[in-house]
Amino acid sequence: MEKRFISQPSLVRWLDKLNSEGKHIYAPVKKGGERVDFGRISSVDQVSFDHVQTTQSAKSVAFPRTEVLFSYQKEKGKVQLDNFDPEKMPSTVVFGLHPCDAAAFNPLTAIFSWNSRDELYDARLERTFIVTFSCTKADESCFCTSVNGGPGNTTGSDIQLTPVKEGFLVEILTEKGIALVKANEDCFEADRGEVKEDYLAKLPLKFDVKAVQERLNTAFDSPIWKKQSQRCLGCGACAFVCPTCACFDIQEDAHGAKGKRLRCWDSCGFALFTLHTSGHNPREVQAQRWRQRLLHKFSYMPERLSVRGCTGCGRCSRACPVDMNISEHLGSI
Amino acid sequence: MKNTFSSELSQKVASMLESGEVQLVIGYEEGTKRPRPCFISDAADAGKLIFDERCTGNLTVYLTKKELIGDSKVVVTASYFALRSILRLLTENQVNLEKLVVLTVSAEGHLIQFETTDDIAAFIKSAPVPAREDDQVLMQKLEAMSREERWEFWSEELSKCFKCYACRAACPMCYCTKCVVEENRPQWIQPWASTLANIEWHINRAMHMTGRCSDCGACGSACPLGLPVHLLSKKITEEVETSFGMNLNDTLQGGNALSTFKPEDKETFIK
Repeated sequence: MEKRFISQPSLVRWLDKLNSEGKHIYAPVKKGGERVDFGRISSVDQVSFDHVQTTQSAKSVAFPRTEVLFSYQKEKGKVQLDNFDPEKMPSTVVFGLHPCDAAAFNPLTAIFSWNSRDELYDARLERTFIVTFSCTKADESCFCTSVNGGPGNTTGSDIQLTPVKEGFLVEILTEKGIALVKANEDCFEADRGEVKEDYLAKLPLKFDVKAVQERLNTAFDSPIWKKQSQRCLGCGACAFVCPTCACFDIQEDAHGAKGKRLRCWDSCGFALFTLHTSGHNPREVQAQRWRQRLLHKFSYMPERLSVRGCTGCGRCSRACPVDMNISEHLGSI
Repeated sequence: MKNTFSSELSQKVASMLESGEVQLVIGYEEGTKRPRPCFISDAADAGKLIFDERCTGNLTVYLTKKELIGDSKVVVTASYFALRSILRLLTENQVNLEKLVVLTVSAEGHLIQFETTDDIAAFIKSAPVPAREDDQVLMQKLEAMSREERWEFWSEELSKCFKCYACRAACPMCYCTKCVVEENRPQWIQPWASTLANIEWHINRAMHMTGRCSDCGACGSACPLGLPVHLLSKKITEEVETSFGMNLNDTLQGGNALSTFKPEDKETFIK
């Protein structure tokens, strides 16, 4: 891994160049009040640098909330099928996301390549460059250090920037990262020898994730699920802002002889999520759905995919209308 | 920090739980950033109850959840808007006052326990409506817009909706066990997230709330994306008042504008 330095003015130039190359750049943008969320930008001036977390995660660059799998048209007994076209997917730079979001592409990829590769997800991710900002502050919902992440964790990043004096420490981590720097070599200077850790947020552990996982293995019938889930309203806010939640629903947008097949986000919190056509629902009550959410992330995924379905971004806790604070719940299991 | 009112409340519900008069208390406790709903069935836990001006979430949303309440007699600590929702739920036969103890706090900081529906209605009429300045500012801004500008505003806002349905989940009046958006034979509303499909959903929600909404704002506060969806039903409530002469307080005990027929109504299609 190579280290470099980039000054604030050079950062502006670098993004301008990426933009002029035709890359779509998504970055945290202020959306009014305290709200910051990803939006397409054309210049570095639009980027928010001082927020703790964006409302939504960056997962939609690879897994959009609604995406067309294919479209079709029937005419005189003939069916014309139009598959998705990877060539039409833009080359995208996600800029300024935090390490917890970049790390989340690992579990997402594990899900989307469990039995077979998901071509759409792969195609989108292949065209995506991840430039993270390490975290210089955290809030009461953050818990990345408890799930083996950290404010300077580089997993999933192609490039990581750490704000230091007069600019940024640049860590170039992957082939994609090297390509992004090489094409714009004049924007980057030699490493100034700054110690990254001096600038990172301090985040104490909130729970012992190994112990949690062990307890979950025998907690299926525990009364704790009922107790914890009492105030859960059964909405999908937590799943929809989560960078690793990957459940989806397939829908048909049909209009007579033509139509589209769509993939849309879904949530295990919804009452209809596992309803069978027979009328039976194996997760009939909210307590079972809440248990499913925690076990899936902290037990089933580690067992089956060797990766945890949570990177400690804390978005589910921030988005929850009734404060289902996940790190607090995990700590009390 | 616990105020004296919260202590009075804790003592009251502890004694009700101990005597067996009630089995469950739905109240507020301190949360991560602000108070959150809590459920108490053991008198020993009553001490964590709080009820102050920060407790604005509408707890009545839990009163129609059978899996939570079962056959219990329940205490609910109700904010001003929650009282409105309770009256509405009573008129729609969704709650039974015999199974419910409704507590609130008076302007002077006293604990009030309601005995009858009329007591609740009288309290609502006499109590000042809590002000929500941000809403007023945005409403005025919307009123000042042309129809095209308003369409643009709502198209832009609602295009962001990702259909997590937190608005629906937080609303005490959204108690259907199967929502219209989940019907797929026929599919009344397109269930995926897209500008048009989102507008469909929110207009449908607003229409279902017409004359029923208690203007508590829970849908808007629940939205993780901060979309002001509560203003849609707020505006419709005002329209109902202008067009049908039924204001929120009048409709609380009677029917509602869209589901009540009066012989003197000018429309004759229903006869």
